Amino acid sequence: MSEYILLRHRDIPDLYRLDVYQQHEGFNGFYKAVTTMQPDAVIDQVKASGLRGRGGAGFPTGMKWAFTDKKAWPHYVVANADESEPGTFKDREILEGNPFQFLEGVAITAYAVQANAAYIYLRGEFWQIAQQLDQHIAEMEAADFLGEKLFGTGYSLRIYTHLGAGAYICGEETALLESIEGKLGQPRLRPPFPPSYGLFGKPTVVNNVETLTNVPLIIGRGVDWYRTQGTEKSPGVKIFSLSGCVNRPGNYELPLGTTFRELIVRYGGGVPYGRKIKAILPAGASSSLIVATEQALDTPMDYENVPRVGAQLGSASVIVIDDSVSIDWLVDKTVRFFKHESCGKCTPCREGTYWMSHLTHRIASGQGTPEDVQLLYDVARQIKGKCLCALGEFSIEAVMSGIERFKDDFDGRVAK
Amino acid sequence: MLSEKYHQEIQAILAKYPPDQKRAAVMPLLYLAQRERGYITKQAMNEIADILEITSTEVASVIGFYSLYYDEPSGKYHIQVCDDLPCALRGAEQFLARLCENLGIKVGGTTADGLVTVEAVTCLAGCDKAPMFQVQTSDGLAYYENQTVESALELITSWRKQEEELP
Repeated sequence: MSEYILLRHRDIPDLYRLDVYQQHEGFNGFYKAVTTMQPDAVIDQVKASGLRGRGGAGFPTGMKWAFTDKKAWPHYVVANADESEPGTFKDREILEGNPFQFLEGVAITAYAVQANAAYIYLRGEFWQIAQQLDQHIAEMEAADFLGEKLFGTGYSLRIYTHLGAGAYICGEETALLESIEGKLGQPRLRPPFPPSYGLFGKPTVVNNVETLTNVPLIIGRGVDWYRTQGTEKSPGVKIFSLSGCVNRPGNYELPLGTTFRELIVRYGGGVPYGRKIKAILPAGASSSLIVATEQALDTPMDYENVPRVGAQLGSASVIVIDDSVSIDWLVDKTVRFFKHESCGKCTPCREGTYWMSHLTHRIASGQGTPEDVQLLYDVARQIKGKCLCALGEFSIEAVMSGIERFKDDFDGRVAK
Repeated sequence: MLSEKYHQEIQAILAKYPPDQKRAAVMPLLYLAQRERGYITKQAMNEIADILEITSTEVASVIGFYSLYYDEPSGKYHIQVCDDLPCALRGAEQFLARLCENLGIKVGGTTADGLVTVEAVTCLAGCDKAPMFQVQTSDGLAYYENQTVESALELITSWRKQEEELP
């Protein structure tokens, strides 16, 4: 690995300190944007960078910003720091190690859409991180990087933290907005989408922590530099959270297009106890299961290629499954998670995850019948495409791909 | 009364949101109330409703929806062990079972002295350092990672000592 772009604290000690951050290009991008660039020019640069949302959906970031409705005001920026996907722990490292680059990303985004207030929504478990961020925000205010009439211009900005309280669904952007508003974290019917009707009913940009942390160097160092990383269609780096059956779990910042094999074997040190890789969940518990064939292991991890082996890149939370794991057990774990986290608003998800969890439990505990496996698959199929938000849709990915691709594990468990 | 004791903090929380969006302060105010007693009392619920000009039913629904709010007293220290898939692949289920066995409780139970409650929870974003748990007290939250049953029991012993030294 050459130089870190997002996890820069691994190269630069004490980067969480304002003075150290300032000595290492800190706030160059924000200063350049506010004092020399029109807001739309900032959006154009981010469009040209090819940056896509790193929270999971992969939507082009600049395009998302450009959708912000200019007929309705005020505008808001909301940073999604609700990181709760099983297998995902990248935002936490950014927030702890390189908080000012993230905060600068929030500030540039706010300038680009002319928002004067931004909220950082953190999962409630990040209580300590929220306290640190409050401190960092106060330091930025004292140094005139936040507040009124910044850098002698007419632009003003305040950033606030807001703590969630233990609800995976609040990572869904409209549920997150409801939660800030003091309501139950349940997804809204869309359209309208947040760029026209977001926080407090106003146009709002919602971006993930990792996405925002890319922005300062895109503006500070420029698009040409940024596009030297990654591939033509998927530029930039990505933080891969590697977990499960692997010798060296952890966060790995690598160019998009790095193969599964490189991540798992070269960086992650392979699978312990001399076991074999059986399956990969590339996007946490929300993934389809990839069968770990030689061809799959040599697949580049980017937005274009992961779908070719039957899954999505998503948040790039790579969970490695070795051959000691039975997939019916795994599916029982993921289904139980989604049943617990279903917000209850739409019927297919609420009822579907409930009934799936009964079936997966019965199968995994050895009390199921072959008909239960078929019934589980049928229930999953009926959930597909009918939910209000992605949570319900994600709940069936491991179930359907598990039964389709690892049928023997289920058959073995229900055989009389 | 919260509003007397925490007047300044409450004003600072309200100032984070637009004046016509007071309801947005419900979650931070609930944390404030929980810090006071370890759980949210009926009285605090009513008071928050009054401050925000919403009904106490609306406040109660928020408490019920989110898993980090408590409306009844339990152990002073909540050990919340993640046993989701990535942690389970690193032995979290066995860790949880053995920890509870050592404490003589079931998952979700509280020790006889009322000090420790052990719960299984969903992902805490510490997957690479499992077995791991967070400890929730009225003072806040702290993470403990790369744990063994022995290290967890040591931690509990240190809390018991602290409690004994309290006046």
